Amino acid sequence: MSGFFSALTTALDPLCGPVGIFSLLGSDTLVACGDTGWGDEIAFGVKVTITLALATLPVGLVIGFLIALAAQSEEKLLRLAAGIYTTIFRGLPELLTLFIVYYGLQILIQSVLASFGIEQRIEINAFFAGMAALAVVFSSYSSEVLLSAFRAIPRGQYEAGDALGLRRSRTMVLVILPQLIRIALPGLGNLWMILLKDTSYVSIIGLADILRQTGIAARVSKEAFFFYTLACLLYLALALISSVGLGFVERWTRKSGARR
Amino acid sequence: MTYAKELIAPRPAPKVERRPLTAARIVGMAILALWVLLAIALVGMVIDGWDQQKFLRYGPRYLSGLWTTISLVGLAIILGAVLSLPIAFARMSKNRVANAIAYGYVYVFRSTPLLAQLFLVYYGLGSFRPQLEAVGLWWFFREAWYCGLFSLTLNTAAYQAEILRGAIESVPHGQHEGAAALGLQKWVAFRKIILPQALIVALRPYGNEIILMIKGSAVVAIVTVYDLMGETRYAFSRTFDYQAYLWAAIFYLAIVETLRHIWAALENRLTRHLKR
Repeated sequence: MSGFFSALTTALDPLCGPVGIFSLLGSDTLVACGDTGWGDEIAFGVKVTITLALATLPVGLVIGFLIALAAQSEEKLLRLAAGIYTTIFRGLPELLTLFIVYYGLQILIQSVLASFGIEQRIEINAFFAGMAALAVVFSSYSSEVLLSAFRAIPRGQYEAGDALGLRRSRTMVLVILPQLIRIALPGLGNLWMILLKDTSYVSIIGLADILRQTGIAARVSKEAFFFYTLACLLYLALALISSVGLGFVERWTRKSGARR
Repeated sequence: MTYAKELIAPRPAPKVERRPLTAARIVGMAILALWVLLAIALVGMVIDGWDQQKFLRYGPRYLSGLWTTISLVGLAIILGAVLSLPIAFARMSKNRVANAIAYGYVYVFRSTPLLAQLFLVYYGLGSFRPQLEAVGLWWFFREAWYCGLFSLTLNTAAYQAEILRGAIESVPHGQHEGAAALGLQKWVAFRKIILPQALIVALRPYGNEIILMIKGSAVVAIVTVYDLMGETRYAFSRTFDYQAYLWAAIFYLAIVETLRHIWAALENRLTRHLKR
């Protein structure tokens, strides 16, 4: 069964499959798949970019949701703590956040290990560092979107939940969350587009994403203009696909809403 | 006639109820304590690793990097604003072709990463050296600084065009009709009636765009421009001192927070006639 699925995904691979764009362009071009061209390397980069963005999304959303909950709580200390978080990570350039996380985590782990008496140079995974940095940035932006969505939900909804005898957590899941998603979706869609673009920064710390792979190809083949245009086109294609996908999700959430 | 014969005896003040220790309070305290610990650790790191020589060597470089960042972003914002005008008007025009071109421009520049655009300009156009020399533009595309300015300008022009278009279209149609009814010329009506109302709407997005540009301009460090980020990378590559990044963070946070407060004050001032 898994063999069937892998065969299916290979057959439907839009870049290097039998009907992929790079394969159709021919085996004597620069983007041919295999040893003669850069097609398969770039296809791998596309996969890394998509995986990184998809892996960051749930982490960032969960942290952002928790921050939004903290920012709208009645407790002053909690609001202050959440405010510090969003101020810092919305004020720093994404690139700097990435470097701080990447080098900071290495130093942190090394010093913790050193206190146990283990002297060793640690190199943390670029994928993990990129994911952590992007999740932190994404969460601080998404918390603002979710917070304004929370404010758009009238108090009566919570009171109605209480009147029906639902517990607080049940009210949140059954009453508030469905409306929250519908209100916050356009803002979160924008953030997803920004996240997709921000993944390009991980190429600087050495993760083999679209930009890094096309950059290597450009340096080796001396066809910089061609390969960087290709990188832009690939990002453009990803943006197009995700805007179509977001349109679907939006229509789906609107269907479950009450007609007014 | 009845009246009170006895006054109510003075009573003690009501007891101040102690705020209960809820879970939210405990979590808030814990997270704040974490922040304070982090701040103490960072300050301790700076004091512990303080080096007069490094400070004297890299301090001025940081300041020059700061100036590079600010001048780069300032120029890009101004040039982008000029470039965004025709794009925004093309986007609002009834001409199908102009509309499509402007839409394509905005879509392409908003949905590709700034880093990829920068590489395309710096390395991509740089590979057309003979052609550029023939046209006499090589001096421009040879310098990383100009390439950074060029790609930042193109990028911000797309965003600013959208901001401007949204703001102008947010002015109700009745305003155009009212101006026409008063016999004002199109251009006068636009300058005196539409634009002032549109710019108030656009004020906040413009502020956000400037902040985004300051943060985005850090990428020019990758193509060897010594802006604030570039100087930071230089200092880190020389000293392997983590403080380099902390100082950059402090500088960037200071710029962004200052701008944010200036912008809030500006908005408060400019919209005072709208408040009741």
